[in-house]
Formats: sequence, C-alpha cells, structure tokens
Amino acid sequence: MRYAYYPGCSLEKTQRGYDESVREVFKALGQELVEIEDWNCCGATVYMSVKETVSLAVSARNLALAETMGLDVLAPCSSCYTVLSKTNRILNQIPEMHKDVNEALAEGGLSYSGKTRVRHPLDILMNDIGIETIRARLRRNLGGLKIAPYYGCQIVRPDKGFDDREDPVLLDRMFRACGGEPVYFPMKVRCCGGMLMTTFEETALKLNMELLQCASANGADVIVTTCPLCHFNLEAYQDRINDVFGTTLTMPILYFTQLLGIALGLPAKSIGLDSLFNPPGDKITSFVETPYA
Amino acid sequence: MAHSTYSLPGLMTRSEAELRQSFLKQVELIPAGEHIKRCIQCGTCTGSCPVSYAMDISPRQLIALFRAGEMETIMKSRTIWICASCYACTTRCPSGIKITDIVYALKRTAMENERKSNAPQVQLLAKLFVSNLMSYGRLHEGTLIRKYYMKTRILKLFGFIPLARKLYRTKRLALFPKRIKAYASLSRIIAKAQELEMRAAPEPLPYSPEYVGYKGLGDLKLEPRKGE
Repeated sequence: MRYAYYPGCSLEKTQRGYDESVREVFKALGQELVEIEDWNCCGATVYMSVKETVSLAVSARNLALAETMGLDVLAPCSSCYTVLSKTNRILNQIPEMHKDVNEALAEGGLSYSGKTRVRHPLDILMNDIGIETIRARLRRNLGGLKIAPYYGCQIVRPDKGFDDREDPVLLDRMFRACGGEPVYFPMKVRCCGGMLMTTFEETALKLNMELLQCASANGADVIVTTCPLCHFNLEAYQDRINDVFGTTLTMPILYFTQLLGIALGLPAKSIGLDSLFNPPGDKITSFVETPYA
Repeated sequence: MAHSTYSLPGLMTRSEAELRQSFLKQVELIPAGEHIKRCIQCGTCTGSCPVSYAMDISPRQLIALFRAGEMETIMKSRTIWICASCYACTTRCPSGIKITDIVYALKRTAMENERKSNAPQVQLLAKLFVSNLMSYGRLHEGTLIRKYYMKTRILKLFGFIPLARKLYRTKRLALFPKRIKAYASLSRIIAKAQELEMRAAPEPLPYSPEYVGYKGLGDLKLEPRKGE
C-alpha cells in the first residue's frame, strides 16, 4: 500500500528517531510512504484554543493536499493524528463549518471533501499489515525484554478508534509476537501532560514521574512510546524528575517503531537509535549487536 | 473558589450574559455539544482527570457554574488552561458530554473576549504558538520556547543549555526556522478563515437577568444518545 506521509513538525528534527524508524519499518514491510509536498503545521492542540475556523482551515490544508494524491494519510504524531481526525469529524458533522473551511481553502487554490482517511502507524501495522506478516519478517527475538507499552492519550481517545480507549492492547500484542514481554502497566493511557511541561512544570513533572515509577516498579527495561510529546517529556525531563523527586530513574525510552525496527533486524543507525538521550541499556544493545539469526 | 464580586445567585450581569452568548455560539459548533444539558453532576470527569488535583475549579463544577450563569468565575479560573486535552473525561462521561471540547470552547470564549485568567502563561504560549505557525507555516520549537521564556522567566532559559547541547549532540537541534514554500498561499487561507470567523461572532442578546440554566441551548437538538 501507498500512504500520504505527514511527519509533522516535531518529527522533522527534534524527534528524528520516530521519523526515521517509521520510514524504515514501513519500507521493510513493503509499504510505500510518499511525503505530502510542502505540508504545514496541523495547529496541534493549541490552535484549537484560539480560533476554531482558522485552526480547522490550517489543518484541512494538509488533508486537501493528501486528497489530490488520492491516498490515506499516515500521521505518526499523536497530536497531528488527533487534530487531523478531529478536523474530519467536525467538517463532516457541521456543514456550515465545512463550507467556511472550503471558502478559506479556495484562497490557496484548494478544496477538501472531508473524505481523506487519517491513520496511525500502529493501526496500519497491526490491522492492515497484520501480525502474521510482521512475524514472518522478524530477524531477532526480543526474548526476555520487559516492555512497558505506553499508548498515551490521543491515539486511543476521544473516539472509538482502532484500539480500546481504556485498555488498548495492540502494542502489547505486537511486542509479544516479537518475543518480548509486556509488563503490567496500568498507566498505559494516562496523560503525560503534554505542553504542561512548559506552562505548569510541577504538575507535568509529577505526571511523568508517576509514569516512569509505574513502569520501573513493574520491572520494565524500556518504555515504548507512540507520541513525540510523551517521548520528549519522559526522555528529556528524567534528570529533572530525579532532581525534584529524589528518584534514580534511568529508563530508556524508545519509539515503538524503533523497537519493532530492532526486531526486524534493521541497522541501529537507520532507525535513529543514535538519537536517544538515555543509553538503551545492555539488554537492548545486546539485541542490536546480535547477528541476524 | 474565587467568585466575581458582583455576582448574585440566579442573576447575571450584562457582561456574563454576553460571555454566555459567546460560549453558546461555540458550543453549537461542537458535534454533540448540546449534550452539556445532560450533566448529572456525578463527578466522573473530575475523578478521571489526571490534573484535577491542581485545578481551582473541578471539571464538574465548571458545568455547575455555567448552569448558574457564573461565566466570569469560569473565565478567571486556571482550570480551563491546565486541561491538557487528554480526553479521559470525555471518554468516561456517562451522559456523553464532550467535556474536552467544551473546555476548548471556554478557552476560545476567554481568548475572544480578552478575559485574563490566573494562568496567563498558557494564553501567552497559545498566542506565541499561533504567531510561530503564521510566520513559518511550521512550528519551530526552539523559537517558541525562547520567546516564551523571554516573556516569562528569562533566567530559566539558561537551564535549557544542557538540553540544547544534548539535542545538538544527537543531531536533533534545528537552529533556524524554515518557511514552507506555499507560505503566501497558507497566509491567504488563514486570512480568509479569520474573516469568516469574525462573521460567525454572535450578536449579544439583550440583557436578561433570567438567562441562566440551560436557556439559550433551547434551539439545539437533543438527540437520543447513540449506543457506543
């Protein structure tokens, strides 16, 4: 299958590990990603707080561009995924808004029907490509690796989407198939605070401390993430959390596509393992260094 | 809880009636927004919220205050600005109220009517985010963070040096913002959408002290809740 790839702003540079691993994993599984030409920022969760019509028009420009390509959109960032999906939902349910947004898009020579599907890589990997195809392509067994699967909030909520909203299981299934061992992680859909790390730092630090502690107390060797904001909060603020709360956390944080990439035998550098702040730990390093079976 | 000094139970000031109108207009644009009428004050939203402990008014109280006409109290609260939109409340509400979207509508009402909250830093971040997007078409995180701390806690910027170095070492630091090629076209789209947004602004209703409860939501359809 071909997909219109929408990396989003954070994947361009600060979260290049996600971008690189999504591209490589999809390539390895025989899928083709075509980046949407000259895409713009989706507005994230922030623009919606300021102006509704403008925020929808900004986000719909990307969907309109994808529509000309005739492909479904692949959006790995949870925030982009939720914003683009929400744009679809509002445009399809509120006709006046659809009309206004199209009137705005016309200024840029575009129009949008509201029909482009927005997909998350986890959905495509598990529901379209399927676990059997992935299993057949595995090169390494993640035997013994204990994984805390962190879904975050915005890929499973608010709508009934591709996985359960309270207890999603697709990441668990994916890594069990790779030989890994998902640990009990009851905070798998708890919010990381997102942008609160900038505006209400204490609150966000507490949320992330709880997530890290929960994973660590349940014996996880690694937390896998699906969202650049969750990833950044958990990764870049661990030192600060240790300072503030007196913890001694050194939890490796990997994108789920990076860990899947390891299981698929992809070279470490190609999936951005050189972009991690925390060393991935002996266990994961040993998988990377193990020659292909 | 902070109360506006001039509020009387069951009565609204003119400014509150106008705020309410402005908010109701926003609610009309939320799919299933009218479900706000079905609130049973059970508090599931508050119990599900990961940050309700840090709020001055709980999510359940937000709806009670709206019903009581206390719009100014809501506008001043930090509650609407600390919501990180994780949708836990929306998912669990037994009445199908789109609470997160309602909070977004309250944020927009506060921004449009220029109400200052006691969490002004969030409004600042939102404004800087929008201006960043409008300048380049894509978000440049470095510029956003720099501008934000220059206006809030400038010394804190020095605290970011180790982080910036880590980002640089791992080739994750974008030093300069880049504009998208179709910048001019995007600007025209934004300008037009802004014009349409203005047109959609509500006409304030004549002041009426009885304008509380769910009045004004009357012409919204309340459809039976679809099984989920």
